Amino acid sequence: MNRYRKVLAGLLAAAGLSLFVATAKADPPAGAPASLKIAVVAFLSGPASGPFGIPARNAADVWIEKINREGGIGGIKVIPVFTDEAGPADKVVTEFRRLALEEKVAAVVGYISSANCLAVAPVADELKELTVFGDCGTARVFEEGKHAYVFRTNAHTVIDSLGAARYLLAMKPDVKTIAGINQDYAWGRDSWEIFQRSMRQLKPGVQVVDVLWPKIFAGDYSTEISKLLVEKPDVVFTSFWGSDLVTFSRQAKARGLVEQSIVLVNNTGSDIKDIPATVLIGSRGPGPIAPPDVEKDPLHQEFIQLYKAKYGLAPNNYIAHGAYHFTQALQGLKVAYESAIKKAGRWPTTEEVAAALAYSTFDSPAGIIQMAIGNGHQAIEPAPFAVIKQDPAIGAHVFTEIRSFPAACVNPPDGMKSLDWIDRGFPGAKC
Amino acid sequence: MGGSLRFIPFLLLGLALITAPFVLSGWVLFLLTVAGAKALAVLGVVLLLRAKLLTFGHALYYAAGAYAAGLGVKYLGLHNGFALIGLAFVAGLGVSALLGLLVIRYRGVYFALLNLAFSMVLYGILLKFYSVTGGTDGLAFPAPTFGLIGLSEASLRAQLYELTLFLGSLLFYLTYRFFASPAGYVLFAIRDNEVRVAYMGISVNAAVYLGYIIAGGLAGVAGVLVGLSVGHITPDLAFWSQSGEFVFVAILGGVGSVFAPVVGSILFEFVRNYAFELSPYTWQMTLGAALLLIIFFLPGGVWSLVGLARTRSGP
Repeated sequence: MNRYRKVLAGLLAAAGLSLFVATAKADPPAGAPASLKIAVVAFLSGPASGPFGIPARNAADVWIEKINREGGIGGIKVIPVFTDEAGPADKVVTEFRRLALEEKVAAVVGYISSANCLAVAPVADELKELTVFGDCGTARVFEEGKHAYVFRTNAHTVIDSLGAARYLLAMKPDVKTIAGINQDYAWGRDSWEIFQRSMRQLKPGVQVVDVLWPKIFAGDYSTEISKLLVEKPDVVFTSFWGSDLVTFSRQAKARGLVEQSIVLVNNTGSDIKDIPATVLIGSRGPGPIAPPDVEKDPLHQEFIQLYKAKYGLAPNNYIAHGAYHFTQALQGLKVAYESAIKKAGRWPTTEEVAAALAYSTFDSPAGIIQMAIGNGHQAIEPAPFAVIKQDPAIGAHVFTEIRSFPAACVNPPDGMKSLDWIDRGFPGAKC
Repeated sequence: MGGSLRFIPFLLLGLALITAPFVLSGWVLFLLTVAGAKALAVLGVVLLLRAKLLTFGHALYYAAGAYAAGLGVKYLGLHNGFALIGLAFVAGLGVSALLGLLVIRYRGVYFALLNLAFSMVLYGILLKFYSVTGGTDGLAFPAPTFGLIGLSEASLRAQLYELTLFLGSLLFYLTYRFFASPAGYVLFAIRDNEVRVAYMGISVNAAVYLGYIIAGGLAGVAGVLVGLSVGHITPDLAFWSQSGEFVFVAILGGVGSVFAPVVGSILFEFVRNYAFELSPYTWQMTLGAALLLIIFFLPGGVWSLVGLARTRSGP
């Protein structure tokens, strides 16, 4: 009996939902396509797929389902095309061309690797393909070139390491010595450069005792940890992510490095269950670490529920930051399309959508996103940081002592290069 | 087949290739450009395989060509496509002439691994000299100009395709002539019996050195052509998996003819891209399965099908 009641209730709910969708659906604008194909590119294989790619892909999946349930974009159903970002640049560019020229997608969302963003941006302009970068960090994309068809709806990497410097000084104002251990590749180098330059500006007397560059995915940091244990810096800064962050955390905890020095990680690049308590950590923009205003945002809550329902979640509701970034990209596209439709009174051209997205402001699961810099093509976001702590009530690690630095405090103003801005002492920063 | 009519299929094929930009979609054209360029590097691998020299480090010269041109853009402000190609060719030749002095003394697994080691050294250098090479983020290749020809910028893709086609054809023809020359046949003889070659009064080292430099120059040109087409280069170009890909394609195509690398390369690019479209999660497995099938059923590579067809139809 009980089962029939459940089925009946389900049917009723489905009928109600379809009625709701039917009423919510307006007439599509003139010249609209039958469906809107959007490519979603993320690492589905390789070392970056676990911490970044798969969560981002899953987030895009649940968010596109949500958009379609609510009537699609401008009344048009969105059809996602998921592809793998793995492989060298020539493969990534070939795949982008296939998506644009063969699949004829209306827009491409994604790219986690900075190298891939740099490689794809000029091709997007050449093919006039609307492209919204999902997660990649390098500031070079819009600081070294102008790209009419390319946007990035998440903040670039400057907030990771400048935010780390500001949070460190807020938590431990009397820091005297710092050391760095970063993966020897572009993102590791960028992270350290921004962090140490920021520290030099914010606390001029601070001394760098060591800078270590183990190779990426080295897997063993015993020599580096030995060195750090001898040098006893107040703070060890790292931009490790994925398996590197997990193994480094294990080894650092076992040998007492986290008790001896403050370990500061600029970006949550793996599950916090694997990172020891007392570590200071950030997330590129709100999301995993949510300040109160974002926590209250209905989109934030809805995203967590949708993700939990389809893909399950840890008890502390932890979702990787790449996942939030992909929903930001989709929200940006949706809002831009709809405002361009309103303005044009018909289905907009790619250029009209791009114009609507530039300098726009929109709500997302990570709070309000402002497309404020890089000629309106680059988002700025606040930089939330936290201390990891074990919560006995839920038996999992949680973020405590959350502090979020406002977007205008950790992002350069429009038209200024990040490193120049830092070296000139952050002119125009509002903290 | 009558001797006077033998050139007709080639003529038709040539015409079809030249007019391809007017017919094919932009994506297929791009794929053909990249495949054609990479085929040059594969040709180098095939050339060495003729002397039974397997290299797992040929990406070294491929990356050397690409980065020589990329640094030429960054530091010398070069934008002329021909100048960049020249630079890459010289880099490929130069580096292989230098390293060849050491490498050609070794055979078998030592040759393969020594090449691998040098290519990983270059990979390390490209990674470490972050401020010069951009590290893993790589270097951008802005759209080149071909000042001498003076075509419009809008047709850049077609230009790059035609450039790859003509330059590639020229280099393939020259390699073909080299294969047919006494020096080329010496490589075959070395494969069969190196000692006997030496007894014949031919310098084995000189022959291998010549082959090694030619292979290096070809890979250098391949590197810059791929860089120009893709528009961005990263240290992955020098990574061992890239060298592995060249060997993979060489086996896929076969070593029987200069045309085999082209067929193999085009087949590889298409299989890889369609594997991607069909199964975004397991595309690597599709590729691996394709290679296994080739090894089991066509040990001479795809090109051996042509040989089969020839023997069936009879002389």
